[in-house]
Amino acid sequence: MTTTTLSPWRTFRSGKWEQDVNVRDFIIRNFTGYEGDEQFLAKPTQNTLDLWKQVTELTAKEREAGGVLDMDTKIPSTITSHGPGYLDKDKETIVGVQTDKPFKRGLMPFGGIRMAKNSCEAYGYELDKETEHIFTEYRKTHNQGVFDAYTPDMRKARKAGIITGLPDAYGRGRIIGDYRRVALYGVDFLIKKKQEELTLLENDGVMTEDIIKQREEHNEQIRALHELKQLAESYGFDISKPATNAQEAIQWVYLAYLAAIKEQNGAAMSLGRVSTFLDIYINRDLQEGHLTEEQAQELIDHFVMKLRLVKFARTPEYNELFSGDPTWVTESIGGVSLQGEPLVTKSSFRFLHTLTNLGPAPEPNLTILWSTKLPEAFKKYCAKMSIESSSIQYENDDLMRKHYGDDYGIACCVSAMEIGKQMQFFGARANLAKALLYAINGGVDEKLKMQVAPPLRPITSDVLDFEEVMERYDVILDWLAKLYMNTLNVIHFMHDKYAYERIEMALHDKDVLRTMAGGIAGLSVVADSLSAIKHAKVHVIRDEDGLAVDYRIEGDFPKYGNNNDEVDSIAVDVVNRFMNKFRQHETYRNAVPTLSILTITSNVVYGKKTGNTPDGRRAGEPFAPGANPLHGRDQSGALASLNSVAKIPYENSLDGISNTTSFVPKALGKTEDERTSNLVSILDGYASKEGHHLNINVFDRETLEDAMEHPELYPQLTIRVSGYAVNFIKLTKEQQLDVINRTFHKGL
Amino acid sequence: MIGRIHSIETCGTVDGPGLRYVIFLQGCLLRCQFCHNPDTWDVKGGVEKSVAEIITDLKDYLPYIKSSGGITVSGGEPLLQIDFLLELFKECKKLGVHTAIDTSAGCFRESPTFLRKVDELLRVTDLVLLDIKHLDNDLHKQLTGMPNAHILKFAELLAEKNTPVWIRRVLIPERTNDPDELARLNDFIKNMGNVQKVEVLPYHKMGIYKWEHLNLEYPLAGVEPPTEEEVKRAKEILSIPAES
Repeated sequence: MTTTTLSPWRTFRSGKWEQDVNVRDFIIRNFTGYEGDEQFLAKPTQNTLDLWKQVTELTAKEREAGGVLDMDTKIPSTITSHGPGYLDKDKETIVGVQTDKPFKRGLMPFGGIRMAKNSCEAYGYELDKETEHIFTEYRKTHNQGVFDAYTPDMRKARKAGIITGLPDAYGRGRIIGDYRRVALYGVDFLIKKKQEELTLLENDGVMTEDIIKQREEHNEQIRALHELKQLAESYGFDISKPATNAQEAIQWVYLAYLAAIKEQNGAAMSLGRVSTFLDIYINRDLQEGHLTEEQAQELIDHFVMKLRLVKFARTPEYNELFSGDPTWVTESIGGVSLQGEPLVTKSSFRFLHTLTNLGPAPEPNLTILWSTKLPEAFKKYCAKMSIESSSIQYENDDLMRKHYGDDYGIACCVSAMEIGKQMQFFGARANLAKALLYAINGGVDEKLKMQVAPPLRPITSDVLDFEEVMERYDVILDWLAKLYMNTLNVIHFMHDKYAYERIEMALHDKDVLRTMAGGIAGLSVVADSLSAIKHAKVHVIRDEDGLAVDYRIEGDFPKYGNNNDEVDSIAVDVVNRFMNKFRQHETYRNAVPTLSILTITSNVVYGKKTGNTPDGRRAGEPFAPGANPLHGRDQSGALASLNSVAKIPYENSLDGISNTTSFVPKALGKTEDERTSNLVSILDGYASKEGHHLNINVFDRETLEDAMEHPELYPQLTIRVSGYAVNFIKLTKEQQLDVINRTFHKGL
Repeated sequence: MIGRIHSIETCGTVDGPGLRYVIFLQGCLLRCQFCHNPDTWDVKGGVEKSVAEIITDLKDYLPYIKSSGGITVSGGEPLLQIDFLLELFKECKKLGVHTAIDTSAGCFRESPTFLRKVDELLRVTDLVLLDIKHLDNDLHKQLTGMPNAHILKFAELLAEKNTPVWIRRVLIPERTNDPDELARLNDFIKNMGNVQKVEVLPYHKMGIYKWEHLNLEYPLAGVEPPTEEEVKRAKEILSIPAES
């Protein structure tokens, strides 16, 4: 050891962050904003190109092998379960994979041993007998716990698909550890702080259930932090102390994240908001002459490459809901500080530049926190990269900042949370379109033909009366909101008990704000159905048992997606109504109820499980994704469609309102410059209208059709679906068709 | 004031600068053989909407269009409903919205009343997108059913008033791509002195289904869209930079 070791905080401006864990304070005092354009960006290095070639080859092999290249079938994945693994040790500047080699998926039995077994078998592997025995005989899992507590009503609702996608058989995810803390403070400082917190959790010796739980969890967190140090040691790093340069800062952050994805296969394992934080280190190294722009970009490229390698073993059922192997390594970029300064740095550009250097990709899920106050050059660069890659999503920072401050990140697709201070209990979604059919059929499921909701008097008239339908619908929604909340309470109680996120929660404050994040599917189907009932004549067609199975519409009616208040107000009413019912119920750990309008790719499955609806949608046809209008019904141009969705009040869907829009390139303008500047106008306009989230796709339908025919020619074709991005060729055929059938705004 | 509207496109990007709120008015006097909107011809068709209704709707789109876009009134032939257009644009100017007319000037007349209205209209018009289908009067007649003298007069009027103009030419093989005529068009444009941009719109067949729907015989059956090479050549003659 020489004596030239640099002090990690040597040039940083002091502040509160030095005494207590406060990454936000550190960023605000130390970041260097950037208002310029992308001209400074560097090309990939030879090492980057070599490594990416290796990844591309492994990806092709994985696809040929049926989706999984290798799998651990014996050793349960923990922070320290596997030795170090590399792509090419000599060329990587950022290292670490989930198991002992890249593309080998870990075994994650804590969520449920049955699921772990199924995911092995789905890809032709066999779960080790002894491991299976241990997790069946001696160690209970989350999934078993949930089913021990589920009531018959909950099981029935789950079976009928009125509540679907629940994290009762997979990790809940949507928790973002503040991975930056490890780089800024080193692990020893964090352990010390957690130990101090424990002394605050003695409650004068009165051991309430709450205190007992917190004390146990805190000790688990401390244990996980020690394991994190061990993981780092196995790669040759001492992360007990803060990072002293950019390479270490990125490596420390990544190791902390790696610990999380070794321990948990949560549905969404998001990264947070690291680019501007890391820029402070990169900027310092550049100024001190330790780093060139090319090397800085190489670090980011290698980091992002690692994030593209995150993989979990999942079941076919899971894939049906969330197709294309998503991991939601969401990184939130941009935004504006509470003081009104844009938080855009050169590293915001460097992260987006990976889409050029490594080509488009669905992960990490690059999310721009869009504000009308972002620097113009950055806006244009985002739009340009969107047009080139269809890999970027946008969320309204002007809207979210009011609720979440200026150091929040997006978990999964659209869920904002203050980093290190807030987490959510992920609640998947309730099918409000099916609920409408229950209102008509007195609580009988139209597909299973069995009583699922409590028996109500069914509607017997030939023509549906709006007032009568609304009255019944309200009763059904009361029942559904209550059942839904209680189901979530069961799930999250058990998840905390059997699959607690130790390392992620170790990177949170002692007192965490929890939200109970419900969700709804089928919003546009409900809005259009109610509009048809109100503005046209909807005749009911019943089967021999008197069950309404189809509808005949006489006359036209306003459709959601055309900026028409007559129907858009119905969509708004349904959201407000359901949220108000949902928030009335008691929640596990006093979580604050919220709502999302997001389906990811599950709109296909929800549609499959739902009968004919009064808007004319046929049984089995997909719903629109998220808060989108139904395909083909938005006929007044893209902006009218956006305006309809922007009317949904964020205050009553604080967990996010997802909207996906697709343009053919020439519909955005004739030249590249026009397309870029028009897209900026669309994003600024949507933000001003208080729209929350926007996925932007730019391509021709023919490209997708060709990719269906010749997947091998499109290994990196990326498209945005509700809230995330996927490799188009990894979608199921049904989902590919659903994407192709959606509205492409073509202009004229 | 009531107008006859064919349809509204809220996200236009090809009829004027930036994002455009495009109103297609109903009714046209020309019968262009290549028309891709023959359903806008009938002066009695469409739906009636008041200026107030349109302005209320337009306001919903201001955040998108106010910085670099605006409103474009197309058709049909917008000048056929000049009174409506005038009142609409006056209201748009109150909102600070950039206004454009997409016209082929088929109904332009030099009567004092009409000229007075045009004069007033141009005072609230930021841009005129003017189609010049053909410079040769006979060929113009063949192509559109009308002579072109009054259309060229309109162009001269715009030049006189120094109204910003974009000239557009629909390029149809064998019909409107004669190099000599294009060269004359280029001179014509140069002489006007108020032309900010020239656009070549390659003929396409996407409107044919509408002719079939209206039980009309499609006069350009068998004519193919121009090749990239033909478009490039036309652009060169019309002094259009390659990147636009």
